[in-house]
Amino acid sequence: MEHREQQQHQDEVHVVSYGRYFLIWLGLVALTGMTVAFAGINLGNWIIITAMTIASIKTLLVVNVFMHLKYEDRIFRIFVLVAMAILLIFIVFTFFDYAFR
Amino acid sequence: MTSHAAAVAHGHAHRDDVGTKLGMWLFLFTELILFGGMFIIYAVYRFSYPTEFRLAATELDTLVGTVNTIILLTSSLTVAMSITAIQEGKKWLSFVLVAITIALALAFLVNKYFEWGHKIAVGLYPRSPELLSRPAGEILYFGLYYVMTGLHALHVIIGAVILAVMMVFLAKGTINKHSYVRLEVGALYWHLVDIIWIFLFPLFYLLQ
Repeated sequence: MEHREQQQHQDEVHVVSYGRYFLIWLGLVALTGMTVAFAGINLGNWIIITAMTIASIKTLLVVNVFMHLKYEDRIFRIFVLVAMAILLIFIVFTFFDYAFR
Repeated sequence: MTSHAAAVAHGHAHRDDVGTKLGMWLFLFTELILFGGMFIIYAVYRFSYPTEFRLAATELDTLVGTVNTIILLTSSLTVAMSITAIQEGKKWLSFVLVAITIALALAFLVNKYFEWGHKIAVGLYPRSPELLSRPAGEILYFGLYYVMTGLHALHVIIGAVILAVMMVFLAKGTINKHSYVRLEVGALYWHLVDIIWIFLFPLFYLLQ
């Protein structure tokens, strides 16, 4: 049983092609260009939202493809979601406290 | 020969690659909380001093920040490709790709050195008379700038050292086609360093 499981994990090895990595890199560079271009326009408070949205999209690309999260067992995604939820709690509770002082 | 049989032949029958990677992700979460705390401090002070933060941000060189962003993104690409190379059994290609990653890390640090050097030359460093004469929001901005980019640069240095050790493992054959989880977790650390910068860059250089 243990051997079979190990065998399965070993066989699930996912090789990501150089081309796919390169495309992701192109996307990341394009998004960097976008965020710099947007910074030159006067968007008022929207600038923070646009910049953080673009940074989040870039992070998703890095985490899913470069860090192989997409190709790992489901447990990895659950771990990441729990960690993100904890960070979100920190942020939201800080602002609850701060905004109503 | 299946990779499992190969693993047995190499005497690694009891290794647990999934567990190793999960352990690395857990460590990365502690890093996330470390930097996350700082991002919260940044957010609260930005909320309190919006005008001063915008003014102070104009003093950073957007071009240097953009170049450093491209450098780190490219280094993430090369380290990711080094894993494909070792999976295909191309040991020296993997070795060279990791070497390029380290070279890019050093290029990033050189840029950072000149950037900080320039800021210090114009009298903008923690507790400098020039900085202390400015409004509170700008003092906080530059304090956060030095602490956050400094802590990030420290991570770049640690990452480069880890990758240098990976090069030794690759050369010796400790990391090989059938056993490369060390390279994978080393790369995971490097990508985290990249992700932190993806957020530091707009927060300090772009929100003017």
